[in-house]
Amino acid sequence: MMRWLAILLMAPALALAAGAQLRLDKAPDRSNDMGALQNGAKVFINYCLNCHSASYMRYNRLRDVGLTDDQIRENLMFTADKVGELMKVAMQREDAKAWFGVAPPDLTVIARARASEFGSGADWLYTYLRTFYRDDSRPTGWNNVVFENVGMPHVLWELQGEQVMGDDHHLKLARPGKLKAEEYDALVADLVGYLKYMSEPMSEYRKSLGVAVLIALSVLFVFSYALKREYWKDIH
Amino acid sequence: MAAGDLDKFKSDGTRLGNLLEWVDARFPATAMWRQHLSEYYAPKNFNFWYFFGSLALLVLVIQIVTGIFLVMHYKPDASLNASGVPVAFASVEYIMRDVPWGWLIRYLHSTGASAFFIVVYLHMFRGLLYGSYRKPRELIWLVGVVIFLVLMATAFFGYLLPWGQMSYWGAQVIVNLFSAIPVIGPDLSLWLRGDYVIGDATLNRFFSLHYLLPVLILPALVVVHLIALHEVGSNNPDGVEIKKKKDERGIPLDGIPFHPYYTVKDIVGVVGFLFLFAVVVFFMPEGGGYFIEYNNFFPADPLKTPQHIAPVWYFTPFYSLLRAVTFPLFGIDAKFWGVVAMGAGVVIFFFLPWLDRSPVKSIRYRGPIFKTFLAIWVVCFFILGYLGVLAPTPGRTLVSQICTVIYFAFFLTMPIWSKLDKCQPEPERVTSK
Repeated sequence: MMRWLAILLMAPALALAAGAQLRLDKAPDRSNDMGALQNGAKVFINYCLNCHSASYMRYNRLRDVGLTDDQIRENLMFTADKVGELMKVAMQREDAKAWFGVAPPDLTVIARARASEFGSGADWLYTYLRTFYRDDSRPTGWNNVVFENVGMPHVLWELQGEQVMGDDHHLKLARPGKLKAEEYDALVADLVGYLKYMSEPMSEYRKSLGVAVLIALSVLFVFSYALKREYWKDIH
Repeated sequence: MAAGDLDKFKSDGTRLGNLLEWVDARFPATAMWRQHLSEYYAPKNFNFWYFFGSLALLVLVIQIVTGIFLVMHYKPDASLNASGVPVAFASVEYIMRDVPWGWLIRYLHSTGASAFFIVVYLHMFRGLLYGSYRKPRELIWLVGVVIFLVLMATAFFGYLLPWGQMSYWGAQVIVNLFSAIPVIGPDLSLWLRGDYVIGDATLNRFFSLHYLLPVLILPALVVVHLIALHEVGSNNPDGVEIKKKKDERGIPLDGIPFHPYYTVKDIVGVVGFLFLFAVVVFFMPEGGGYFIEYNNFFPADPLKTPQHIAPVWYFTPFYSLLRAVTFPLFGIDAKFWGVVAMGAGVVIFFFLPWLDRSPVKSIRYRGPIFKTFLAIWVVCFFILGYLGVLAPTPGRTLVSQICTVIYFAFFLTMPIWSKLDKCQPEPERVTSK
């Protein structure tokens, strides 16, 4: 018990020492770009959803980004039968643990979980997915700048190519991939835009509703203040 | 309250009038309405600070109503579902996504928790400013501090329910504190958890208490708080008793009926509050990571200690008091004395009515010593709150130790300096500023 608490009390100090250098690139905003979000959904389902689940997200919710049920069923559903199903994966968690050392986390709300004082969760993901580099000391052969000793291999390596860590602590592209650097960045931006959308699908609606609520409350404030003035005019 | 039949409604022959007369013959409806609203005379000079009592009541109602609906969908279950996510955590996301308007209800509740503490802290500070805890209002204040304690307990229990990383490890840290108590500590913390680690047993008992305390205990305490208030009458920014000057009918000259005057005024406060509340709910529900901590979007993982465990902002001043004690005393661990300091930091509010010996109540007529000391104390409270969010460093610990000494010195030396202060004479009647 005492040991647990000692670790707990020590942990914050270690955290600040370790995290102080975290520098994140700003993720481009894709919130209102339906084309980009659809592309992001496609990338997510093709590359991520094989190992990572998004187990609070239903396929038919993709109507939000402008897709019809038929489009979703024909283009994006590989493992599910019904369009109302949750985005689950077939991989067994025990197997995943044996293969990667850790079961791949559910990604539904990852864009909210990765937010910190260093930047938004989207910034973290945007940086993370672009900073894999070759590291032969790791079991997967890959390492990452913002997520040191990460268990996941670089799934998008065919697209980005292979980066190596230079002696000056900067990444260099050692072998180019199928996409040019700016094309790859745009693809990651779409993917991150989708992850951000998926972490809180109602967020755009929430803001637009908020505007209406604030306008209504402003009107109510004027009337309630006038009512107060009327009642109080004989109090001195 | 005037006696007997004077308070009973006499029907004017209408159907509604007949009904009210029928009720009044069996239940003191009209008498209660008059005693607590239409003939409760409040000082006419209430200012901005007097909104926060009614706002606290509003937030309590918001929390209870939204909470009732959340319970219809939330599942206090720490076991993992097929996707490897704890059922409790998944049920919160189910509320956020699949329950119609669930996201709004949940954000109202999570924002309401922080709003509750904001309005209660301001409400308590109003008491400090105008001496509202002084005779004859000691009991109102004592009940108020009990309400504050119950509120803290409720918030603590509620924070475990989403079963995220911060929920889990925050509860772990706080429950472990009890293990620092000599002799009974380890058994006590085991009894509180119901298990050797925070687990399903803990989640279920916290859920039970998070329902019991705010739905049954808090409203009962609020009723006692208000009955005591209406017995002695409200204080005011001048700190003078309006009941000393009455007209021939026995009505205070500076008093006005709570209804309609303060009901219509409080509506203005309510709408203003709801505007700010809506700004958070609709545009920044995470409150910059202070109202909903980012790390809490990771499901609880007993095997993975987060790098930085910070309590939610409303506990941080007291958490800093705890961390400021870094040395053992009388052969007992520093951790125990830290817990004592944290507890004392809240409990000391109980003694305030008897620590303050000033001849006047309100800051308006108090001398420079009170004004200076109160300002320093407030600054220290904010510094302690800020440091409680951060990881400790030797420098920060030193600052928090200095602030801790000032925090307690303010109260403990109050009997001396509150008497010495150069006060101005109180006015006979309330003033309108």
